Amino acid sequence: MYLARLSAQSDSFEELALPLFDRLYNFAHWLTRNREEAEDLVQETYAKALKGFSSFRLGTNFRAWMFRILRNTFLTSRTGLKATLTLSLDSEEEPELPAECDTPETVLIERSNRRLMQIAIEDLPVHFREILLLCDLEEMSYQEIAETLSIPIGTVMSRLSRARKTLRKSLQIQLRRG
Amino acid sequence: MVCESWEAKLDTYLDGELPAEEMHAFDVHVHNCPSCSSDALRRVQTKRAIQVAGERFAPKAEFRRRMQRSIAPKPQLSPGLGWMFAAAMAVVFVVGALTSNYVGTRSGRGQVFSEIADLHVATLASSSLVDVISTDRHTVKPWFQGKIPFAFDLPELQNSEFSLLGGRMAYLDQTPGAHLIYDVRKHHISVFVFQERSLSLPGGVNENSFAPKDVSFNVETWSQGGLRYFVIGDASAADIASLVKLFKADAS
Repeated sequence: MYLARLSAQSDSFEELALPLFDRLYNFAHWLTRNREEAEDLVQETYAKALKGFSSFRLGTNFRAWMFRILRNTFLTSRTGLKATLTLSLDSEEEPELPAECDTPETVLIERSNRRLMQIAIEDLPVHFREILLLCDLEEMSYQEIAETLSIPIGTVMSRLSRARKTLRKSLQIQLRRG
Repeated sequence: MVCESWEAKLDTYLDGELPAEEMHAFDVHVHNCPSCSSDALRRVQTKRAIQVAGERFAPKAEFRRRMQRSIAPKPQLSPGLGWMFAAAMAVVFVVGALTSNYVGTRSGRGQVFSEIADLHVATLASSSLVDVISTDRHTVKPWFQGKIPFAFDLPELQNSEFSLLGGRMAYLDQTPGAHLIYDVRKHHISVFVFQERSLSLPGGVNENSFAPKDVSFNVETWSQGGLRYFVIGDASAADIASLVKLFKADAS
């Protein structure tokens, strides 16, 4: 009886979790910036999720739940701790932007320079990088992001805004360097 | 800055997170304000660029396999149950193979008859029913010389109710053939003749096959002397059978 229940549970976990594999891996690699660490992070995420699946309430947001486990696992890893210790999470400082002529985005689109954008995202502090990827790449709603990062929606909005401004500044610097 | 209050919420608007009534107000404003619309365009471009750049890392195939194995539920069968499971799978496999063969044959056969019915209907709907207009089989038969890669005989219609209206070219399975039109009591009947070896017909189309139920016409087909014949029309099954009989008698 117990085995049957465990097997049914595992079936349903597999159905829900496997489709997220590529998305979770991409996100993990962006966080860790290293293939081996990303693989370890994804593996640990799945192991924790499977173990805690009985506590997951079906009908609630499974994707946000998985991303939250991955993100929390990352934060407690050596790389995650190092990344978060190097900055203040709630810094309200906003970068000063110079006057515009050619906007970084138009130049970027014109040049189709995907690499420039990747460098700019990579250079972002981890809390900006993750929120930007969850919103613009994973297309999560603010509510999902709030659940994933365990922060209030107001903080999601302000952090996103700062992340975008920082990214923009980084792109402008890159473009000036040529 | 005139649009300062709008600008502060522009990202939220583009993320689709404003309340419905504010979304509408923003729609109207952005459409009418060149400054905000160009700002919105720039931000949309950034979002798009992030999406493109963000799709960067893919897991290795080996890692994917490893993870799939570790997540997949482990079978918990006893040895006895294992044998039963294997036997059940074998039965499912055999039944599945037979069913798919049967369904494939049925659908292939149905498709041939559907195409024949289409050819028949398209011809009747055409403004020129036939390309060679003649009731004389000795005029119609030579018309096909050089147009199709085989010869065939047309039956003598004296003392029958059928009359020949003429002929035209037909193509089935990319193979040229003869299309003859006959009349019986104001019903048009098409007779198609193709070279058997040029057609790739499904196994269900055999000697004296009849059309499946979803073709509303009366149809008969048979193979004789290396040729494949199809007779189709809205005439009665008895009329179709009579014409078939005339053709068979003439070709034998």
